[in-house]
Amino acid sequence: MSEIMIDIRNLVKKVFIGSPNELQILKNITITINKGEFVSIVGVSGSGKTTLMNVIGALDRPTSGEYILDGETIQKMSDNELSDIRNKKIGFVFQTFNLIPRNSALKNIELPMLYAGMNRHQRMQRAKELLELVGMSERMHHLPNELSGGEKQRVAISRALSNDPAIILADEPTGALDSVTGRVVMDLFHKVHETKGTTVVLITHNHELAEETQRILTIKDGSIVDEKRNPHWILGKKRGEMNVFS
Amino acid sequence: MYLVENIALALAALKANKMRAMLTMIGIVIGIASVIAIVSIGNSLTASITTTMESMGANSIIVSIRERGSNEFGVGGGGPPGMAGASAAVPEESDLLSDEDIETFMARFSDRIETISLSYGIGSAKAQEGRLYANVSLTGVNAGYAKANNVELVAGRFMAEKDIKAVKKVAVVSDRLVSNMFTAGTDPLGQEVKIYSSDSIETYTIVGVYKYEASAFMPSSVSEKDTITNFFLPISLAKQDAATKNYQMFTVITKTGVDAALFTEEIENYFAKVYENNTKWEAGTMNMESAISNMTSMLSTVSIAVAIIAAISLLVGGIGVMNIMLVSVTERTREIGTRKALGARSSYIKAQFIVESVIICVIGGIIGIIMGLLIGALGASLLGFPAIASPAIIAISVSVTVLIGIFFGYYPANRAAKLDPIEALRYE
Repeated sequence: MSEIMIDIRNLVKKVFIGSPNELQILKNITITINKGEFVSIVGVSGSGKTTLMNVIGALDRPTSGEYILDGETIQKMSDNELSDIRNKKIGFVFQTFNLIPRNSALKNIELPMLYAGMNRHQRMQRAKELLELVGMSERMHHLPNELSGGEKQRVAISRALSNDPAIILADEPTGALDSVTGRVVMDLFHKVHETKGTTVVLITHNHELAEETQRILTIKDGSIVDEKRNPHWILGKKRGEMNVFS
Repeated sequence: MYLVENIALALAALKANKMRAMLTMIGIVIGIASVIAIVSIGNSLTASITTTMESMGANSIIVSIRERGSNEFGVGGGGPPGMAGASAAVPEESDLLSDEDIETFMARFSDRIETISLSYGIGSAKAQEGRLYANVSLTGVNAGYAKANNVELVAGRFMAEKDIKAVKKVAVVSDRLVSNMFTAGTDPLGQEVKIYSSDSIETYTIVGVYKYEASAFMPSSVSEKDTITNFFLPISLAKQDAATKNYQMFTVITKTGVDAALFTEEIENYFAKVYENNTKWEAGTMNMESAISNMTSMLSTVSIAVAIIAAISLLVGGIGVMNIMLVSVTERTREIGTRKALGARSSYIKAQFIVESVIICVIGGIIGIIMGLLIGALGASLLGFPAIASPAIIAISVSVTVLIGIFFGYYPANRAAKLDPIEALRYE
């Protein structure tokens, strides 16, 4: 079994804004991310990082190039196959949480499991365990608008974990939070990464957050311009500084 | 596919927007309610008219003497120019049918005629005994009258041949008269009743009592006590003092199994020969069976036509549902994007919105059915007919609402399913 989780080769994404004008948003990108890595992709807005995230998250197909996720070739998949890949292999965490407003925290976490065809009892059981993991058990029946930003994001992380995904794809997960709750959320990512060994890809423009990860990829004008390993990375090092969960 | 979850979701979505859901349903409610109400009222109207007409005798053929061409506009009118207005014409005694004419006719068709009903009205009068009274209409009848007019006896017997031959002073009266004239518990049979008419007082012996039934055509405006009921006497007695003894009309009761329509034609041909040489008068026939079927088919055509017009409001209701579903899809664009990101296939999103639209329509439809049945029952009772709810129309209504839900929900649902998840997630 391969140790590679994400294998992107010569990936190009073009957007057609009426022939002959076309906009090349991603230019010949090659990235390899190993299983269990905690990687950040950093870039200013307009650099193409959101498009890259959409491709990695199987929300979008590349124009050309190859994308293999956990051994599955993504670029030629049908819409339904992409849906299933998103459902089973990818856990999304959004900047704006994107919880379903009329569903309780518990129901929100059950949703990906529902789409995966899991039965009601199992779904509930697992959703409760996940809420426990993020320390939100007392709030399981609350609606999203009854939760604070930090709490919402913790529910969203539980939801992302519900189908035991191959990767967690977090797009500016602390962008809508103040620094204290942002810290709590980052610590949660570290905790998930350590305890479950899930591959985490963090997309951000915040270099400080990126510094906490194992490897930093910098994207600029649609190309990866810099890649560096974090020399200070020791598993759990950062967590020790401000541990809210122990 | 995930039907239970989808229904729960749809109900939650409707609950979140109660006012909007209700307003959307109104179109469906009005449409279904009016169709159900119209069909119910139409059904009970048809049923009660049919029953009334059948009680007049489905196997009866009415033969009546009428002015030539009176029902054939402008054709064959043998009357001189001076004869304006058919009602003004009065047939001579010789133009009418005598007892002998009828006997000859009966003998000719004895294989198919069960009996013949004759009646001879001699006007209204009053039965009186002290302070007790009852309004009556004096009608001379023969023995066949009861059969042709479905007279239902509750006591005693009807007029018999022997009463007619002997010109007996006997009578068959209504149960109304009995309750008006006698104290409860008295056996009316054998009792005497005094009848006061404009110029005489006669006494009759009661031999039978029939059940009075109000006519559906002529709802009575007077109180029960004042209702005029038929007071039957032997036809020979009724004609005793009359100037004209011949009949303008009589009713033929056919034997069972006789094709009434065919027989009617034969009778018409028979009397055409009899009246061959009469330039002013002829015999017309009417078959109750065909009259009933004409009447019911006319009524059902009318009620179907009106129901179709009412169904147009269903269409309008359906468009309202589609409109609100489109709004709902737009409002929930981000939610749809999220669901897709979490792995919902397009077909699931489509099913979710179709189920929601079907639920709106079905709830509206159920309310509409209940309202329609209530309105139908109310309308029927106002018109004085028994309300008839048709299970078929209820089943059809439910299926129609489901179909409307699917039909008008499909486009918005498809639009939701086709949303690009990236665009949808970005939607503000």
